[in-house]
Amino acid sequence: MHELSLSQSIGQIVRKHAAGRQVEVVHLQVGQLRQVVPDSLVYCWGLVNEGTECEGSVLDIDHVPASVVCDDCGATTLLAEMRLACGSCGSSRIRVTTGEEFLVTSIELAEA
Amino acid sequence: MGRFHRHDDGTEHDHDHDHPHAHEPAEGGSDVGDMSGYETGAQRVEVLEAIFGENDRVAAANRSDFAAAGVRVVNLMSSPGAGKTTLLRETLVRLQGRTRVGIIEGDIETSIDADRLEGLGASVALVNTGQGFGGECHLDAPMVRSALGRVPLAELDVLFIENVGNLVCPAEFDVGEHARAMVYSPTEGEEKPLKYPIMFRTADVVVVNKVDLLPHLDVDMDLFRRNLAAVNPTAHVLEVSAKTGEGVDAWVEWVLAP
Repeated sequence: MHELSLSQSIGQIVRKHAAGRQVEVVHLQVGQLRQVVPDSLVYCWGLVNEGTECEGSVLDIDHVPASVVCDDCGATTLLAEMRLACGSCGSSRIRVTTGEEFLVTSIELAEA
Repeated sequence: MGRFHRHDDGTEHDHDHDHPHAHEPAEGGSDVGDMSGYETGAQRVEVLEAIFGENDRVAAANRSDFAAAGVRVVNLMSSPGAGKTTLLRETLVRLQGRTRVGIIEGDIETSIDADRLEGLGASVALVNTGQGFGGECHLDAPMVRSALGRVPLAELDVLFIENVGNLVCPAEFDVGEHARAMVYSPTEGEEKPLKYPIMFRTADVVVVNKVDLLPHLDVDMDLFRRNLAAVNPTAHVLEVSAKTGEGVDAWVEWVLAP
């Protein structure tokens, strides 16, 4: 259950940018390689925001699938399962290019 | 894809919008998912901040303190009961008198594990993570930082951070360590790397503990190694038994000179 501490971190970031204004939507990017359960995150988000400018705000989670690029043949593979190998030549000399994102991309504030 | 269609006046176009990734609406939930149709008079503010940013800043500060003190730091992770503390005890027995060791011991509750490590020459700092909501399931960089004042960093050669027993959360938190060691017990089954790929992916070394039990188990260690290679092709594997001492010297060597 680290979603609770993650929610607190998200809250700190959001409140800094909201500067006291009411927050309506928080847009996140969460990569597939992140160990984050979206439903738990949404639940914890509701818990940590009581009495703050984030109370009642919606978490909009944009899921980013994992992809790797092969150092041997150069092919890019979208990972359908967690098997870290090139889908083209089978090499395991690969680098993760997407799927590790975990960030607040933007927030929507109520009209001042 | 693209919602191609033709209007009555003969014009035609599609509504394709090329996303580099998919939107997956959560099952039955309306509060996560595609909000692209969300229209209000609200002001949208670009943020682009990493959620682990604060943790990673503290981890960098820890790392720089470790470098200044010339201490090597190993983050020890596993599921509960894989044998982290027993392995640490055996490690301390072998290092006693020749290497100065510190331990930051993370547990949700109690000092039982910390007590088990007493009397072997190491300085042990306990971090209990249980405050509210059943306790944090991991150590993060600020928790480790708060414990640094309780270990004589400048006088140490090696610092072990024994993480909370859990295969999910600790993998997400950089605490400033130099290496990540995962202790795995064959009783957990061959599929563990596939079930917890994120933890296994981040390990520099996987210590297969309790190998003295292998003759009594139906576990296929070749299959385990293939599953591990699927998620972490470069992981170093060491087979040990903290109980009989088999392989522990090789683990100690890895700790000192990976």
